[in-house]
Amino acid sequence: MATSVTSPDRVAELPTQSAARRGSAFLYRHAKVRLALLLSAPLFWLGFVYIAALVALLITAFWSVDSFTGDIVIDWSFNNVATILTQSVYQAVTLRTLGIALVVTAIDILLALPIAFVMAKVASRSAQRALVIAILMPLWASYLVKAYAWRNVLAEGGILDWTLGFVGLNSPGYGLEGTVLTLAYLWLPFVILPIYTAMERVPDSLIDASSDLGARTWTSFRTVILPLIAPGIIAGSIFSFSLTLGDYIAVKIVGGATQTLGSLVYTNVGTANNLPLAAAIAFIPIAIIFIYLAAVRRTGALNNL
Amino acid sequence: MASTPAIRLRGLTKKFGPVTAVDGVDLDIAAGEFFSMLGPSGSGKTTVLRMIAGFEAPTSGHVELFGKDVTGDAPFDRDVNTVFQDYALFPHMSVIDNVAYGLRVRGVNAKDRLAQAEDALALVRLEGYGERNPSQLSGGQRQRVALARALVVEPKVLLLDEPLGALDLKLREQMQVELKDIQRRLGITFIFVTHDQEEALTLSDRIAVFNEGGIVQLGTAEEIYRNPQTPFVANFVGTSAVFTADEAKSILGSKGACSVRPEHIDIVRGKAPAGTITAKGIVFDTIFLGASTRVIVDLDGDKRVAVLEQNDLSRTPSHRGDTVTVAIHPQFLSPLS
Repeated sequence: MATSVTSPDRVAELPTQSAARRGSAFLYRHAKVRLALLLSAPLFWLGFVYIAALVALLITAFWSVDSFTGDIVIDWSFNNVATILTQSVYQAVTLRTLGIALVVTAIDILLALPIAFVMAKVASRSAQRALVIAILMPLWASYLVKAYAWRNVLAEGGILDWTLGFVGLNSPGYGLEGTVLTLAYLWLPFVILPIYTAMERVPDSLIDASSDLGARTWTSFRTVILPLIAPGIIAGSIFSFSLTLGDYIAVKIVGGATQTLGSLVYTNVGTANNLPLAAAIAFIPIAIIFIYLAAVRRTGALNNL
Repeated sequence: MASTPAIRLRGLTKKFGPVTAVDGVDLDIAAGEFFSMLGPSGSGKTTVLRMIAGFEAPTSGHVELFGKDVTGDAPFDRDVNTVFQDYALFPHMSVIDNVAYGLRVRGVNAKDRLAQAEDALALVRLEGYGERNPSQLSGGQRQRVALARALVVEPKVLLLDEPLGALDLKLREQMQVELKDIQRRLGITFIFVTHDQEEALTLSDRIAVFNEGGIVQLGTAEEIYRNPQTPFVANFVGTSAVFTADEAKSILGSKGACSVRPEHIDIVRGKAPAGTITAKGIVFDTIFLGASTRVIVDLDGDKRVAVLEQNDLSRTPSHRGDTVTVAIHPQFLSPLS
């Protein structure tokens, strides 16, 4: 035993017991205090600023507007809820919005799967980086710029019109189809990235093993890759689905006369000056998302998120 | 070889960009053989295996399977199966579904494939584990599942890519015995890739030693151990004292470069046995290994050799600094090409 080396006078001096040191030591010993301090700020934000604001909005749905003065009147009733549930225009808009969200999500998943596969499994390291940047780059541009860019693309005589002209077709113009195309474009990065991440986590050897055991490419994809990347697909679909349900700008720019839940809320908050009805309409996408998440949960895909 | 070999490789070459991973490999592997490809990492052995399986396309050369050229065939069209280094079990399937996977994609009905998968699990002594998830198994059990999964589709050739690498020593030795037993019972060709020379010596009928993208020596375990043909083989398969032609001449008084195993060098006290080559030296260090002691001797002429001495009672132990005489029977000097 080399006692002389460990004798106290040879050991490097620890810093003196400053207040900060004592504080650190206290927190080190008291895990619960530490946890409380760490969580209080984000929980305050989530609880009061985020959820409370949402609840306040939804409470508004049970109020009404004085048709003469335009002021909000606090007289509790289910009138607004009854309106959106019974009037056919709201049912039609709800179904249309839901349809758009489903089609946009389907398009994005179909586009994202091969792109994510190439990124994760085929491309070289440098190509992979370049592709990730290419996917992320559009996110740096403003949403409005991209929506207006699509207005140009879809315009009569625009690039889409010109391109489709070679096969004897025309641009769909401004309307439902234009809205679907634009939204599918806008949300594509949000769908590609989680699928890419999931795909990257599938070991190459599993794909090798599958083909080694006799599975052709499509069978390998269906029985091995698809189940393993399902959580990524679900995550991506939650983005594209919920973002589409809430969108009102793209539909204003490229949707022509098309109305969605988002644009109805916008109209009611703005020109129609009926905040309570707008709040009631805002219930619909929230309800749809909850149903969607519940359905997704039943498939078990959320367990692996 | 008279009959058609299970695997015939001709001029097999694989380049990854500027790097040549495999350089013109010619090899015949007989049906029913337990064949090992032994080499350090980066020697090209795994790439050869992957080209036999079909995961990599050769840059040039051919792969034949029982006389049929399969060079251009996809893995799913080849009658070979692979046991992967990381086992590659499907994490979203139970053990039995993993094992039955190859039958499932071949369209075997559910009842038959479950029965066959159960049989395969029994073969690797994992009866009753079918309902578990791969994540609930130990490394050795996963290894067996991977083996069962590859065997259930009755391949003509089984490729094993360092299958025991991740197991601890005891388990590895146990699996070696089982692998050999399964191979003998099924009579199919096993091609076993490993960097562990002891494993290759224990298991194989024949061994190909790989280095820098090519086969440097091919033969039975005994041939390779007794007569390593290059300094690389002499020290990759076991250890040897390697003498260059000049060193052999000045120290041993013999002709040509050669190598000798530590267990074939004796430290003699008193008179050396007749007919042996002797050399004087000083003990540099001794390493106690249990049953034996490795004695490092610096021979006159600036040559350090290792001597393996059995620790029997009659031996006088050597110590650092002792002046000793070493003796070698000339028949144990293995000439190097």
